Amino acid sequence: MAEKFDSIVVGAGPAGAAAAYTMAKAGLNVLVLEKGEKPGAKNVFGGVIFKHHTEQIAPDFWKTAPIERRVVEYQYWFMSKESHVLVSHRNQRFNSQYNAFTVHRAKFDPWFAKLAEDAGATIINRTTADDVIKNNGKIVGVKTERGDVYADCVIAADGVNSVLARQAGLRGELNPDAVVLAVKEVIALPKQRIEERFNVGPDEGVAALLVGWGSGMHAGFLYTNRDTLSIGIGVSMRDLDKSGERPNTLLEQFKSHPSIAPLIQDGELKEYAAHLIPEGGYDHVARVYMDGMLVVGDAAMLVNAINWEGTNLALTSGIIAGETLIEAKKRADFSSRTLSKYRKRLEESFVLKDLRRFRNVPSFFSSHPHFFTLYPELANELAYMWHIADDETKDARIRRMKATLFKRRSKLGLARDAFNLWRLLS
Amino acid sequence: MTTAQRTLSITDKLYRDRYKVDEEPHLWIKDPNMCVKCPFNFVCIRVCPTDVYKWEENKITITYDACVECGACHIACYNVGWKHPKGGFGISYKYG
Repeated sequence: MAEKFDSIVVGAGPAGAAAAYTMAKAGLNVLVLEKGEKPGAKNVFGGVIFKHHTEQIAPDFWKTAPIERRVVEYQYWFMSKESHVLVSHRNQRFNSQYNAFTVHRAKFDPWFAKLAEDAGATIINRTTADDVIKNNGKIVGVKTERGDVYADCVIAADGVNSVLARQAGLRGELNPDAVVLAVKEVIALPKQRIEERFNVGPDEGVAALLVGWGSGMHAGFLYTNRDTLSIGIGVSMRDLDKSGERPNTLLEQFKSHPSIAPLIQDGELKEYAAHLIPEGGYDHVARVYMDGMLVVGDAAMLVNAINWEGTNLALTSGIIAGETLIEAKKRADFSSRTLSKYRKRLEESFVLKDLRRFRNVPSFFSSHPHFFTLYPELANELAYMWHIADDETKDARIRRMKATLFKRRSKLGLARDAFNLWRLLS
Repeated sequence: MTTAQRTLSITDKLYRDRYKVDEEPHLWIKDPNMCVKCPFNFVCIRVCPTDVYKWEENKITITYDACVECGACHIACYNVGWKHPKGGFGISYKYG
């Protein structure tokens, strides 16, 4: 492998494949290195891929791509020990104007990476790039177990644990406050069962976020696939260390909740997975460019935890990185000055605009954990009280409900929370 | 109602996963002496979702072939050495 490429992309996930596709289509000589036995082999998400962004590369992709179900309903579960309050949005417009699709990454990612290959990129699987090659402070290639490879510019698309961004000095060790550990199971159920339990038609699916079931700042997620469910929990690494709770125990606690257990009952476990999510937001985004290198997707910490978006930020950052290198190639200039255009364009796009908009949200919720614990519990308690029919007058009931509320959170505390939340989001 | 789903142990769960095990570990303890008086209350053992780490006979043992490469351990403790398994080895998800 003495050949020199225009670009080496490390990682064939959505960000890497999008970058490789963009460059290969413009005629650049692109090499993609994937450490797994195939693209997607190391990839996990509790999530969806988005129509709008995926279409930039593959129009009408849902007709041929290995998708599971299109999301027609978004559910938000506010849970207590043995109850839940459910807020949900279902819309027929999601059936005419698709928005998001559930997929299995081990099936979707190879399909997506194939587009880059068809456009002319060379993909080599089973190859781990574990260091960068530097020459006069400029990145000129990567070291792999098969030998060194050289390029005008390296794109680090090697995921949340990016070894390359760290070796290049663009990122330090991950901060436990900025990463969430997700533990997930894929549980098989007959297709009809899923459609009955979630009240959806063929090809229709549900995406659910569930809070309040645990004693700390945990979130649960649940996605319907064709004949499996993706179910899991996320907990910040800081919280996990502090609370002493064990990841698998939390997942089991979530799964055994009386509102959740019936949804997965009689299902067969197909896979157990764990992955980190870089949810720190704007202030934890990596330095994304230097002489001869760009960083994209999770490697750059591009995840919008508020809107549960990640694959679209990955894909878009990959496209922008690819376009930046096409431009750089024309000028035969891969210096950080030219590559800084990538950061600038990320800042101008929804990717960094959204992260900046919500930059204070991650730290707000970690300093206000009662949004994940006390408030779901109170919502359930008040909902329960409201629905009891007995001899108590409603006048007395409402007084008792108010007393219950203010006993757990003072009027001042409630007002402050409401004000802060408003200020945070507006 | 049928009976509740049987709770599987982590070992049972990992039987569902597909691995290609490398002969060379990709995880190691940098300074085993530090573990004897672990300042982090054995955080590697606690945060690992697949029970890779155990405290046995006064040292941390590492069952690296159960690792799903999430990276939690080396974020939690700088004494954990972590690298990617060789290309093609380690966890290979069927679903993901």
